[in-house]
Amino acid sequence: MNAPMRRVAMVSIALFALLIGNLTWVQFFQSDFYANHPRNTRVQLEEYSRQRGAILAGSEPIATSVATDGELKYQREYPDGPLYANLTGYKSLVHGSSGIEGAENEVLSGSDDRLFVDRITDTFTGREPAGGNVILSVNPKVQEAMAKGIGNSVGAAVAIDPKTGAILGQFTSPSYDPNLLADHDTNAEAEAWKSLNGDGDRPMLDRSASDRYPPGSTFKVIVSAALLEMGYTPDTMVPAGNSYSPPDTTHDITNSNNQCPNAQMPLKEALALSCNTTFSRLCVEEIGPEKIAETAAKFGFEEGYSTPLDVVASTTGTLGDKATLAQSCIGQNEVAATPFQMAMLSAAIANGGTRMAPHLVKELQAPDQTTLERTTSEKLGDSVDPEIAAQLQEMMVGVVNNGTGGNAKVDGVVVGGKTGTAEHGDGVPEHGWFTGYAMGDDGKPAIAVAVFLDSAGDGGSGEATSIAGSVIRAALGK
Amino acid sequence: MTASASVSVSGPSGGAAGSRRRTRRGTELALLLLALFIIMGFYAACDIALTQQVTSSVFTLPLLLAVPFLIAHVLVRAFAPYADPILLPAAALLTGLGVVFIRRLDLVNDPFDEIDRPDLATAAGRADVPLFSGQGIRQYWYVVIAIVLFALVLGLLKDHRILSRYAYTLGLAGLVLVGLPAVLPASISMVNGSKLWIRIGGFSIQPSEFAKLLLLSFFAYYLVRKREVLSLEGKKIFGMVFPRGRDLVPVLVVWGASILILVFERDLGTSLMFFGMFVAMLYVATERTSWFVIGIGLFAGAAVLAHSLFSNLQLRVKIWTDPWPYIDEESFQLVRGLFGMGTGGLFGSGPGQGQPERVPYASSDFIITGFGEEIGLVGLTAMLLVYMMLIGRGIKAGLMVRDAFGKLLAVGASFTMGLQVFVIVGGVTKLIPLTGLTTPFLSYGGSSLLANWLVVALLIRISDTARRPPAAGVPIPGGGTGPAKPDRLDHAPTEVIKL
Repeated sequence: MNAPMRRVAMVSIALFALLIGNLTWVQFFQSDFYANHPRNTRVQLEEYSRQRGAILAGSEPIATSVATDGELKYQREYPDGPLYANLTGYKSLVHGSSGIEGAENEVLSGSDDRLFVDRITDTFTGREPAGGNVILSVNPKVQEAMAKGIGNSVGAAVAIDPKTGAILGQFTSPSYDPNLLADHDTNAEAEAWKSLNGDGDRPMLDRSASDRYPPGSTFKVIVSAALLEMGYTPDTMVPAGNSYSPPDTTHDITNSNNQCPNAQMPLKEALALSCNTTFSRLCVEEIGPEKIAETAAKFGFEEGYSTPLDVVASTTGTLGDKATLAQSCIGQNEVAATPFQMAMLSAAIANGGTRMAPHLVKELQAPDQTTLERTTSEKLGDSVDPEIAAQLQEMMVGVVNNGTGGNAKVDGVVVGGKTGTAEHGDGVPEHGWFTGYAMGDDGKPAIAVAVFLDSAGDGGSGEATSIAGSVIRAALGK
Repeated sequence: MTASASVSVSGPSGGAAGSRRRTRRGTELALLLLALFIIMGFYAACDIALTQQVTSSVFTLPLLLAVPFLIAHVLVRAFAPYADPILLPAAALLTGLGVVFIRRLDLVNDPFDEIDRPDLATAAGRADVPLFSGQGIRQYWYVVIAIVLFALVLGLLKDHRILSRYAYTLGLAGLVLVGLPAVLPASISMVNGSKLWIRIGGFSIQPSEFAKLLLLSFFAYYLVRKREVLSLEGKKIFGMVFPRGRDLVPVLVVWGASILILVFERDLGTSLMFFGMFVAMLYVATERTSWFVIGIGLFAGAAVLAHSLFSNLQLRVKIWTDPWPYIDEESFQLVRGLFGMGTGGLFGSGPGQGQPERVPYASSDFIITGFGEEIGLVGLTAMLLVYMMLIGRGIKAGLMVRDAFGKLLAVGASFTMGLQVFVIVGGVTKLIPLTGLTTPFLSYGGSSLLANWLVVALLIRISDTARRPPAAGVPIPGGGTGPAKPDRLDHAPTEVIKL
């Protein structure tokens, strides 16, 4: 009987080997999957047992954690909800996190390596462990001016400090209330998630940085830069007229209001009046596709940013034959830009041609509010020479003072800019655009701003321009 | 293969018989102290993590646990001095870890209990939980009762062969116990979809746990009596010798009984355990591999048939193959358990630092996942190895003992314990469909604990008989003396045991 008994023993060993093998699968190979599964509340309970750090816009808290009586000890709250939703993002029990909540999670949750010493001392002093704070460079006044200006329209606005690259405001409309997604009631949260994602207005899309639109006439600033680099001056006489027939097409280029009847006019005037005929003709006949692509790239086209929030790359598309080039050089055809990129364009020009790396986070703090890291300004590249930048400034100031950008005038402030109206399909109202900048009292660039109004139709660019004006006023305290 | 293949010259009869054979009780005591030390360390870590303070209470429960286990050791010294030194410490370690883990669960709020305990929300509140409250201390009293039963078995059952005399009585009692929940109304016997219980007043027992032991004795007796008939050759198919048709009757009877359990008690695990026990013993008794094949075939057939007939089984298989669509309902427990183990990972969160209470039935069916969460893959594997040692030593006692009844008893009891561990641990780790078996020694509940300690007592008795020098053989009441003289049940007097 001993031989079969030994075999029974072997069977037992085999059964245990199976168990241990399976345990290894569950606890080693699948460990991360189970540990981080959204329905596994362990990690969340642990996470929500500590006070998550705050996100501040300047000194104003825009995301905080408040103690509750519930099983999860802290509730995430967004005091201004939709105003900063594209920046703070959300922190959801079920759907993870987005925005700064996601990008700076390690500091906010307290798991960042730089907070290691804090965690150790917390253990010894009995102090309740907490996360660190993230301070954004955003100026609440700028953000509020953007929201007030855009109102219920669909659109976006971005303001950048040209000298440093610090983002002063970045707003998108329509927005959503991240408080709904921070709800500890997972059923209510699921309902909100479903309704936000099913909303045809796409409130969770950040139109300032995550989507691209034809920039229309604002693209003429880039064409102007190319011309200046080729030896033109703002006073060089260039061809105008109210119609231009590019080669190989029956599609004529015209001006919106027949505002450029003269056969010739100075370049700066052509920009101020936004003569399509001038820029299309010069592009086709003088500049060529390579130079346009190169100039656009030096201002940041075809290049995404991480602020640390992602900004998708703007593009000129394929510039191709002369017929399409005529369209591309007035910001149509395949040219597509984020409002963010259009603000970067004005920022580089205002800063003497030097493009600074855009950043949203000014400072990271430990829970005791000591500084962990302060963001330093970083040069991203030279877009144009300082002389060219000065000439572009002169031309853009002309647009505001004597041209289409009058709505952006601010008393006692040097403001330059460019308007834009972009078609994006037959029978659909045009997009309205403005990109520009303002100088501070010290004579240095203070703010670059871009405003985009989706399908705003006639007068859209004028409206965008006046919103930019009010944003500049808010930034400069005028 | 035949028994002659394993013949070798060694074992208890080898060497200078009657010389002072080492009893190895010192080894047992040392291992038992080690087990108690581990239990104490585990509980201290839990208690400190949960109460954030170190008080003398950290040691109270482990010291209380030491009392019955040390008494058990003294009992073994007195009544079974030659017993295997691993059996008692291994069982004590698992039992003790179970008790302190259940106590550790008492210190935290059970989210599945309607009564909210705000006092358990803070470390200070947890520190104030009296020791004599909750499931932990109840489980401790079960341990005390288990050791009393252990003492009775060792004290009264001087030789395991005595059991063979009452085989039919035991078998009948076993049958009644295993069948009782099936005929009782669901209000009394149904827990968690399986009709395995008898609940009267505040007490509930799982009679199948005791039935296991009784049927084991009966099977052992019956198979020793019939093994020669059952191993007669019948037809040869695929080179394997199959038994004669009429000899299939007993296995078919047990098979039928297992199906009745499956049908009326709706538990695949219990059914599998009984049938597996019988088939393993049948195989050992007859040495015919064909029995093994027939057994697996019969069970597989029954399982497939039952699966197609009963929604309860279909559900268990469905959530086993893909638990995710049913995460809020049917597969809730299973997935919660997997979350716990996955979070524990390789080394675990540390004793007292996980959240095992998030898994339903954390102190009973899912206690393994709680350990997995807190001591990780490494700790859980170590615990499974302790089970393996216990089972291995049980089978070894069977190999060493000379009488066929003792062999079958030992191998049957050990293998059944292994099978039970496999079914429940495999179930909660999604290796096989989940069923309602208890985890031997660990799970909260008196029935399982008492029954398994009876098994340990029996194995200790058999191993003592096996290792006892011939001169020290005790007279068997009713005839003959100990193992020195071949028992009349023993059909293999020349068989020599390989250690």
